[in-house]
Parts: sequence; C-alpha cells; structure tokens
Amino acid sequence: MRLADNLARLRDAALFILGGVLVGYLPKWLYGLAGITRYALDANHKPSVLLDRLDALYPWLLGLALVIALLMILSGIAAIAELPVIGKFVRIVLSYSGMLALTVVLIGPMVWMLCISLKPPKSPIPPLNETLPFTSVPVLGKDGKPLMEQKVENGKPVFTVVAETGTREPVMEQKTQLKADLHWENYDTVLNSPTLPVRRFFFNTVFVTFCVVFFQLLITSLCAYGLSRLRFKGRDFIFYLFIGSMMFAGPVTQIPVYLMLKSFGWLNTYWALIVPGISSAFSVFLLRQFFLQIPFELDEAARMDGASEWTIYSKVILPLSKAALATAGSFTFFGVWTDFFGPLIYTNSTEMRTLEVGLSIFKNSYGGSNWPLQMTAALIVMTPLLVVFLFAQRYFTKGIMLGSIK
Amino acid sequence: MAPAFIHLLVFALIPMGYALYISLFKEHLIYGTPKFVGGANYRYTFTDAPFWNAMWNSARYALMSVPIGMAVGLGVALLVNQKLRGVTIFRTLYYIPSIASGIAIAMLWIYVFLPENGMLNSFLGMLGITTKTDFLNNITWAMWALVIMAALNGVGPKMILFLAGLINIPQELYEAASLDGATRTRTFWTITLPMLAPTTFFVMVTSTIGAMQVFTPVYLMTKGGPEESTDVVGYHIFREAWVQFNTGLAAAQSFILLAAIAIIAVVQFKLQQRQLRGYSLT
Repeated sequence: MRLADNLARLRDAALFILGGVLVGYLPKWLYGLAGITRYALDANHKPSVLLDRLDALYPWLLGLALVIALLMILSGIAAIAELPVIGKFVRIVLSYSGMLALTVVLIGPMVWMLCISLKPPKSPIPPLNETLPFTSVPVLGKDGKPLMEQKVENGKPVFTVVAETGTREPVMEQKTQLKADLHWENYDTVLNSPTLPVRRFFFNTVFVTFCVVFFQLLITSLCAYGLSRLRFKGRDFIFYLFIGSMMFAGPVTQIPVYLMLKSFGWLNTYWALIVPGISSAFSVFLLRQFFLQIPFELDEAARMDGASEWTIYSKVILPLSKAALATAGSFTFFGVWTDFFGPLIYTNSTEMRTLEVGLSIFKNSYGGSNWPLQMTAALIVMTPLLVVFLFAQRYFTKGIMLGSIK
Repeated sequence: MAPAFIHLLVFALIPMGYALYISLFKEHLIYGTPKFVGGANYRYTFTDAPFWNAMWNSARYALMSVPIGMAVGLGVALLVNQKLRGVTIFRTLYYIPSIASGIAIAMLWIYVFLPENGMLNSFLGMLGITTKTDFLNNITWAMWALVIMAALNGVGPKMILFLAGLINIPQELYEAASLDGATRTRTFWTITLPMLAPTTFFVMVTSTIGAMQVFTPVYLMTKGGPEESTDVVGYHIFREAWVQFNTGLAAAQSFILLAAIAIIAVVQFKLQQRQLRGYSLT
C-alpha cells in the first residue's frame, strides 16, 4: 500500500517535471515551425499578416508557457518531497538553496557596496568577477625588487628574470600575484569632503533622531496611558482618529504642514525636522496595545494606596513596558534616520540637510561617475542603522506582531 | 495624553482641513496671491491626462508589487518556519533591507539594474542573454524593476507577520491531516492558507496603502521616466507641489489620491468580511 503510494508519487513527479519542460519548450518549437512556414510563404511572395500577429504574441506566449512550466516543475518537486527518506533530503537541500539564493539577492549588493567603497576613487564599475578589492602586482624577489624586469626587444615588451641567479629564457608575461588593495582613505575623503559638510549632516541626523525618539516616547506613552487606562467619554473615538490618521493622512498633509511651518518661521531649522515627528499614531497604537496587556489589578492596587495617575504611569506602567518602549523607540529611530521626504521639503540650505538627503545631493553631484565615493557615503549612512538593528532586532519582531493584532 | 492629541490635531487633522481649504484656491507657492476658484482644481484634475496616467501607474505598481511581495513574504516565512539549523540568521539577514536607508538601497539597485556590468545583466550574461538591457530606462522594464526591487526588499516585515500567523496555527490540524494521508501540498491549500486569512488581509491592506503612496524609489531611481511610464501618483503630486509650485492643484490631487486609497481599503475590507464569514460557517 505505502509502496504503491510512493511509486504513484514518483510517477506523478516524473510526469509533472517532464510535462513542465515540454510546455516550456512549446513556444520555441511553435515559433520555429512558424519560421519555416514564413520561409515557404515568403518564397511565394504572399502576405503574412497572421505571422506578424504571431510575432507580436510571441513574448506573451513565451511568458505564459514559462510560468505554467515553472508551476508544473514545482509541483513535481513537491511530489518528490513527499517521499519518505529522499523527500526529507530533497526538502532540506531545496530549503537551504532557496534561502541562500535570497540572501545573495538581498545581501549580495551590500557586500558589493563594501567592495566598491574600497576601490581607488573614480574607478569605473568593474565586471562582477573583478569586484573584490584586489589588484595584481608584480611578484617581488628577496631583495624587494620585481622578480622580472621589463625590456623591449624588437619593439615588443619582454620580461626577463633578474632577481634570481642563473638566466632563463625571456617570457612574454609579467609574473603577478593578487594583493589586497584597500582604499580606506575614501572614508576620509567623504567625511571631510570639501564640497559637502558630511559631518554636519551626520550631526543633524543624530541630533534630530535622538530628539524625536526621546520626545516621541514621552508623549506617545502618556497618550497611550490615557487611551488604555483612563475611562472617559469619546476615548474610542480619539483612538480611531489616531488609527485613521496613521492609515490615510500621509499624502494630504505635506503641503499644509509646509505652509504652517513656514508661517511659524520654522522652515530650515531643527524645529521643522523635530516637531512634526514628536508624536506618531503608530507609536500610540503600539504602546496602547501593550499597555492593555498589563493587568488592571496593578494600578487599582496602587490607586488604593493613594497613588496619583502620574505615579501609576511612571512607577507602575513604564517600568513594566520597557520592551514596548524599546520597540516603539527602535521603529521611530529607523523611521527618522531614513526619512527622506520631510527633510527634503522642510529644509533648503545644505547645512540643515540630514544624511539621507545630503547623500542624495552627493549622488546627484557625482551623477554615477564616482562610484567608490558614492558607495562609501552609502555605507556611512548604513552602518549606524545596522549596529542599532543588531541590538534592537528582537524588539522589532515583537513590535510588528503587536502592530498586526487588531 | 493631551500633548499627543494636540500634536495629532496640529499636524494631521488641522492640515487635512487646511488642505481642503487650499484645494479650493488657485495658488502659486512663490508668487501671486491665492484666488478662490471653488471646485475648479478638482474639475481640472478629473480631465487631466497626466494625472490619470500617474494614477494608472500607481495602480499598476500596486497590482504588481502587492501580490508578488505577499507571495515572496509567505514563501520566505514558510522557508524560515522550518526547524533547520541557522534559520534565525537568515531571518535577520532578510530583515536588513527593510531597515536600510532608502537612498542606499536605491543606489545599490541602480547598480543591480545597470546595463554595463550591472549585477542582473552579469547574471543574465552567464545564462547567455547578452542584450544588456538598461532596465531603468526601458519602457517595458522600468516599472518591473521598481516592482521587483520593492517586493524583494520589503520582504522583512511581511515575513515576520506571516511567521506570527503560521505559529498561531494549531499543530493538531496538521497531525490530524497527516493521519488522514494528506500531502504537504494539500495541507498548504486546505489548512495553512485558510488559517492565515486574517494575516493575509492585514498584509494586503497595509502594503496596498503603502504601494499607492510610493515616492522615494521613484524619485531616486527613475524620476518618473522613461516617458512617464513610472510617474506614480505620489511622485506626480510631489512634482506638482514642489517643482511646479501649483499648491492648490496638488492639494486637490492629494485628496483624490486619499479618496482612491480609502475606497480600495474599504473594498478590501468588505471582501475580507465575506471571506471570513465563509470560513466561520464551515
């Protein structure tokens, strides 16, 4: 019974995979057939409107057939994965190769970025196989001179061994070895760039981010406390206002907020970068969800003992919700650090730009001509994010899950 | 909670009313005084072909990137939900692009899509396709390039959400099914997907809203080109407001976008209600 089952599965798998390959080849075969027909028709000088239509249809036909073929082959592999012993092995191999492939796609460009940032400035984009920051240098002998010397004989460059005793036949190629060629000075060039105040950008970003994170945690935790612990009329209405603004207000508010900041005289100051961010509906939502999970008996007991609302907030709720605060804080941190739209609109002098926008000036001013320096600049923005992410990672997953519970 | 509410009032609710007010005026940000025109901005927008081209581009972007992104997210969640050595490392790695700065990612993917020595073209070259397409400057491919980039780089949060959903599925369901001789493929269609329906809905709504508002990658990578084929509505309104300085018109357009997003969200919500009712009956 089991054996028959497995044999049937094997047969299904074979049929699926074979069928998939055939379907994948079908358009090509059809197209070839059409080509032959065209040849015959052209020889007879007949118009071939039908074949022109087929020409236009071909890419779609090809795409469709490839998708069907892919699905069939996948079902075949799924059938194999159901087999008892081989199936498990196949599953493990496929899982790891899938995960590795995605890693190459997502992280590969970042490794490439690191390699390019260490290349000599202004070097063009190398082919993929020359990405690693190595350069070939002549092999040196014991005395520190190149092992071979270049001479010109009969108008051709010829290399002869000079550092070793005993003469050898002249050879056509210099003997070389790979040597690491790391241009760390790119980082120095970018940080002390004469045209752009990169260190000022860095300071702006750090200052703005920390102000926003600090004030936002303070304000939103107070608000979340009110929305979860206090009972008053219209509480749920206010909560839905927050949710609604989180989902929908985004595209509409850019112009009026700009005009308001302009009328306050805040454009191009830190106020414009900090104040619009010091409260966020998302943080309020996240913290409220968390505060609702803290048992209500705790604050009732505290209230019995005569504690004020402020004491309950600061002595009972906050110490219990460090994880939630860290979650909201790290979301805000990444949001503000990588914010592009706000600084782009609310500031206009180079001194007030943040790293994110400053870097885009960098990108525009080099216009793709100086890739090593651009990649260096990109890495300078990314590194603090990566460091914070590694520390805040576990809060992150928790926060996203909290955010999804409605 | 008063400060947060005041903030909400000042930076979200009042601006919305203010935007509605601005949208009734013909206003230029730099010079000229506002002139009351009533609904003329809306009337103009409704017949404005470039705006509707931008709306169509956004719709295309959402229709392409949301399903692909969700499929990738679910697939990755299934992959890293297995009890294999080292999956947590992969989870961390897949999250990194989601926290990375938009401009760094944009610069990396500009490189990936470069015609000469770009990563994608190098791989295609290994497979024997040596057309050296300039993906970001090609009408056929530019939108696909943005979609693929968004779907792959945004995998982190979707993966975590689907993982949370997968962990919440009772293990007994799978055990019962395997006793009945159900294959893995079958349990995926009959247990995993239906049980994930609420998660799928949440991911769908949030990523649709995000996709309709996409701005940064377009601004940094294609500037709406080639030939307006990636001129999404977020970028279109940005240009109207901050390059052409037609403030009133841009405000009107942003309200139309808002209405479109709200309608889409409501429709998705209704569909979801029907679907969930179906499952609760069985």
